[in-house]
Amino acid sequence: MDGFAHQIIAGIATGGIYASVALALVMIYQATHHVNFAQGEMATLSTFIAWAMVEAGIPYWLAFVATVLVSFIIGVLVERLLMRPVQNAPVLTHVGVFIGLLLIVGNMTGWIFGYTTKVFPSPFTSSGPLMGGLISAHELGSTAVTLVVLTLVFLFFRYTSLGLAMRAAAYNPRSARLVGIRVGWMLALGWGLAAAIGAVAGMMVAPVVFLDPTMMTGILLYAFAGALIGGIDNPLGAVIGGFAVGVLENLAGAYVVGTELKLTVALAIIIGVLVVRPSGLLGRVVASRV
Amino acid sequence: MLLEVKGMQAGYGQTHVLHGLDFVVEAGGVTALLGANGAGKTTTLRAICGMVRTEGDITFRGERITGRATEDIARRGLAHVPDGRGTFMELSVEENFRLGAYVRRDPEVRADFERMFEWFPRLKQRWRQQAGTLSGGEQQMLAIARALLLRPKLLLLDEPSFGLAPLIVQEIFGIMRRIREESGVGILLVEQNANLALELADRAYLLETGRIVVAGPAAEIREDEAIRRSYLGY
Repeated sequence: MDGFAHQIIAGIATGGIYASVALALVMIYQATHHVNFAQGEMATLSTFIAWAMVEAGIPYWLAFVATVLVSFIIGVLVERLLMRPVQNAPVLTHVGVFIGLLLIVGNMTGWIFGYTTKVFPSPFTSSGPLMGGLISAHELGSTAVTLVVLTLVFLFFRYTSLGLAMRAAAYNPRSARLVGIRVGWMLALGWGLAAAIGAVAGMMVAPVVFLDPTMMTGILLYAFAGALIGGIDNPLGAVIGGFAVGVLENLAGAYVVGTELKLTVALAIIIGVLVVRPSGLLGRVVASRV
Repeated sequence: MLLEVKGMQAGYGQTHVLHGLDFVVEAGGVTALLGANGAGKTTTLRAICGMVRTEGDITFRGERITGRATEDIARRGLAHVPDGRGTFMELSVEENFRLGAYVRRDPEVRADFERMFEWFPRLKQRWRQQAGTLSGGEQQMLAIARALLLRPKLLLLDEPSFGLAPLIVQEIFGIMRRIREESGVGILLVEQNANLALELADRAYLLETGRIVVAGPAAEIREDEAIRRSYLGY
């Protein structure tokens, strides 16, 4: 029974990572109606930047904050320099740019930092077992960090006027311009925020899966499955979906398919949702009267 | 002069819709822009706000705005209620209000909310409701309120009567009469319903296939039987 409880708790911990990445995917999806395939690779690059800073002797939390800021700037630059010129291009152009970005960022990371697997430090340590050994210090700490990030993002979008403007620009860019919102910059901010959230997810998962240039590939799939479960256009749904996938994946890995086939669970979820309920469990239904 | 337009040309892709328009809108009061379907009324409003490719001289409060970005033109005090209303359907009435005043940093925003409630009491009852669930008339009211919350010097209104029941249209034009008296905002009104528009307007322009064919005081145009018969069809 303890084993089962531990699987659930560990699932929640990794689920938080998926939830963060899913939220990053949804943020860009809402604004552009495209899924950013390169989200995972961008997060990996961020994590390597953090690793380099920690290796250089910078204290962990300082490196953490600096990485989040640098990732935000990278996200903004990607939107400004790469996405902006193709903003009115057809869907396939966007897919092409996303795949190109995935390959370039992924290979650049390997080229700069090398392909050998690296150990990434966890800031959370404890002297003894927590909750009777049910949860590790890192699981507890990373879940807390994830929840703080998700809460901050929620508060930002719900209560600040900049957050409202970003939502308005995503829903209805034409009307947003008419009230004076600089829609292009809102998109760039969205990319920046998504990259920053991805960076936190990368830093939280790296101590568990170890750091290499393909670290986030599987995680992006789980996150995508989570986003689809919740509804790709619903941020809250994506977060809940991310946690659900984390738990499901862990239980399936422990009791059903074994760890080698865990990634298949994500694919099964993706296909299952698309077949049974394409809008997701919490997909937004906009009532509209004319 | 609030708005001065000289030789304005505009179109979509290769198609030219406006062929050199000259007109002015004075501060305060209502200027009506009339014409049949396809005459170029909606395009004229879009061209003023930089939403379509435009050539010519558009001067707003003494500054040339041709070719500027829509959001910059809005920030200079030019509000537009476009066709299709331009409200944020997914957001609540409250959020639409906040967005209307998004670029303002003055402390009077709250007082302006109250003023909107006075003009549009129905919106106060719908405060927390999603805009997409409002009735057509309420959505039009929200669209006008959203635009007025920018505290514009000039308000462009694209067919506020479109698709609404006659009683609701009466109600909205009644409110617009009040706004005209109480706010001092200049209004450029595009309307299919010429009779209704001419009752409200001080001046009017008649547009035919991208050219202005008649200009003058609204009262005179209303009395001119020849114009009415040949252009307005009533």
